[in-house]
Amino acid sequence: MTVKGERPHALTDAPFHYCPGCTHGIVHRLVAEVIDELGVEDRAVGIASVGCSVFTYNYFNCDMVQAPHGRAPAVATGVKRARPDNVVFTYQGDGDLAAIGMGETVHAAARGENIVAIFINNAIYGMTGGQMAPTTLPGQVTQTSPYGRDVKSAGNPIRVCELLSSLDGVALAERVTVDSVKNVRAAKKAIKKAFEYQMAGKGYCIVEVVSTCPTNWGMTPVDALQWMRDNMIPYYPLGVYKDVGEGEQ
Amino acid sequence: MGEKVLMKGNEAIAEAAIAAGCRHFFGYPITPQTEVAAYMSKRMPKIDGVYLQAESEVASINMVLGAGAAGVRVMTSTSSPGVSLMAEGISYLAGSDVPCLIVNVQRGGPGLGGIQPSQADYHQATKSTAHGDFHILVFAPSTVQETVDMISTAFDLGDKYRMPAMVLSDGMLGQMMEPVVLPEPREPDNDSKDWAACGHGGKRKHNVVNSLYINPQDLEDLVVARYKRYEEIKENHQMAEEYLTDDAEIIIVAYGSSSRVSRSAIDAARKQGIKVGMIRPITLWPFPEKFIEKHIDHTKVFLSVEMSMGQMVDDVRLVVNGKVPVEFYGRTGGIIPTPKEVLEQIVKLNGGVQ
Amino acid sequence: MSDLNILFTGFGGQGILFTGKVMAYAALMEGKELSWLPSYGPEMRGGTASCSVCISDNTIGSPLVVNPDVLVAMNLPSLEKYENDVVPGGTIIVDSSIVHKDVTRTDVKVVRIDASRIAEENGLKGAANMVILGRLFKETGFCTAENLDLGLQKSIPAKKANLLDNNRKAISLGIES
Repeated sequence: MTVKGERPHALTDAPFHYCPGCTHGIVHRLVAEVIDELGVEDRAVGIASVGCSVFTYNYFNCDMVQAPHGRAPAVATGVKRARPDNVVFTYQGDGDLAAIGMGETVHAAARGENIVAIFINNAIYGMTGGQMAPTTLPGQVTQTSPYGRDVKSAGNPIRVCELLSSLDGVALAERVTVDSVKNVRAAKKAIKKAFEYQMAGKGYCIVEVVSTCPTNWGMTPVDALQWMRDNMIPYYPLGVYKDVGEGEQ
Repeated sequence: MGEKVLMKGNEAIAEAAIAAGCRHFFGYPITPQTEVAAYMSKRMPKIDGVYLQAESEVASINMVLGAGAAGVRVMTSTSSPGVSLMAEGISYLAGSDVPCLIVNVQRGGPGLGGIQPSQADYHQATKSTAHGDFHILVFAPSTVQETVDMISTAFDLGDKYRMPAMVLSDGMLGQMMEPVVLPEPREPDNDSKDWAACGHGGKRKHNVVNSLYINPQDLEDLVVARYKRYEEIKENHQMAEEYLTDDAEIIIVAYGSSSRVSRSAIDAARKQGIKVGMIRPITLWPFPEKFIEKHIDHTKVFLSVEMSMGQMVDDVRLVVNGKVPVEFYGRTGGIIPTPKEVLEQIVKLNGGVQ
Repeated sequence: MSDLNILFTGFGGQGILFTGKVMAYAALMEGKELSWLPSYGPEMRGGTASCSVCISDNTIGSPLVVNPDVLVAMNLPSLEKYENDVVPGGTIIVDSSIVHKDVTRTDVKVVRIDASRIAEENGLKGAANMVILGRLFKETGFCTAENLDLGLQKSIPAKKANLLDNNRKAISLGIES
């Protein structure tokens, strides 16, 4: 018998609690594979945020700190400043990173804080049961935008990578998704680059993963992926919004 | 021991923290504590330390959480409105058993309030810092020298019991200069916390610094265990100074700046033959109940003197439990009571002019 | 002398806090207990400034001087504000170059010294505060001349050591006044 694939060492044996079809599992695995490939599990510290991914501290085998809602960039800053040799990443959803934690995000990015933010954008608050997020699309129905997001009163969605790419402290801002083998590979490449940039001391790196929430969107996993392709990707185009490059700065 | 020098309370806080081996400071400017941050910004880069001005007090306290979780000795300083913003982070620090030092150089409130000295954050510090069942250690210095000595104690006890510690100063103590002897500097000890999240190095299971317990029974067990630790602290670490209490029929209870005013008033009252003394709490949490209890039998009345509308007086009343009257005198909004005002209260309690 | 409570008052920029600091350091050299408390906040930027200094053989209680033994008033608003707070038998020292109004109290010693003019005529513009400190020293004898000089040295940072001689000169002028 030959082993074709193994659970990455950087993941614990704890079974994920995520809903069927949720893409958190894929992204967790990609982060863990990158940690394994770079051989940094022993010095990695992950910051779990508040939202569906709060339990990431149970899933990653590296040391973990659980941060208050939105404060992961500040907590990560504290860890990184105290332990510059640690490889520090946050794992945040759209509510955490782009609503309650936008201040901390922008300032960590502006400082060029040497951390990686893995940003899951699925246009909805999952943990609390499907409320409007800062990235909820215009017209999108959620529990707290029952008639569809009315931008006149609820405001417009935020394109995080575009916003952050204007800041000098940002080394990498890339938007990816994980709906196909090709895109999963591209996502992993982006995550790996982000970690490598941190290890080279290049500054703040964010990888935004456009994702789904079949449960709160009220769709099957397959339909959710199609809805994402049809509606989210046009609003949040995939691509590299900032990349300082491999060379010396 | 070093040379006696003159130092502002705020600068002494910073130097004392450095002497206690603190090399990590995160803060945000606010009057009347800014000298702490300014001093740190000057000193830290020269001693291989970290000084970072955060974008808000919310961010500062979470940077403190991160650095504390990573196992280093860390602090922040602020003034009253800043503590309100830090409330969330302090709750998480307490809930994650992460030690740190928070300095509150109090000013008048509520709201933007004022910038003059106040003691109106007593309840916030000792009872309602933030959501959830928890306590933090609270120390109240009354001189610059005591501030210096206390910083070290606060760090050490915080580490010992794995909880946040607060030094509750005020604008007067922060801005004033007094002679002070700085302690011998200690080397930073940032590598002895085996629970810290700083990379497992392939030598142990992963550490998780966390305050989330989704199963109520797990959370209750943890909180109960923490409260057992609090009981141990109450038993072993109550601190207070007694001043002329042996024969006192009137005992003032006052801490920090208001205790200094009270001391002047007591000296004046003693000259009139009034038997008055003072219990000066040095720890506000744990509240020095033992020091008050032992005087209930021979004292006719307690008088709590505060720069607030009456907050610590509640704790005095809880200890005295109705056995003798507990009175209150205070000024608020940034007004410091004068010794004369306090003397008038003493004379009144003594049955009026002799 | 067992207790001496001094209140220095004037405009921001006249060196009110510095004067208090020199006195505090001199008292430290003298081996006394002491405290130095400035007013702080927006009023420091050009408005009125004040500084409380307490010197004692015993532990200092309240560091805020409400009823000074000595009031130094370097401008009129300060004199008007604090004149009545001085303890009976106390001393009020005014810079008479700036304060043209008489002190109305009759139960205190009044020292009018032309400090700003004296400083300016001796090429020591801006050192009126030190002229006054010299006079305060002469009036109260709160420390030895040697400790006053040590206090001055301690109060001037090494970078500004060139200012030492001018301040010394100004203090001497105050003592001689």
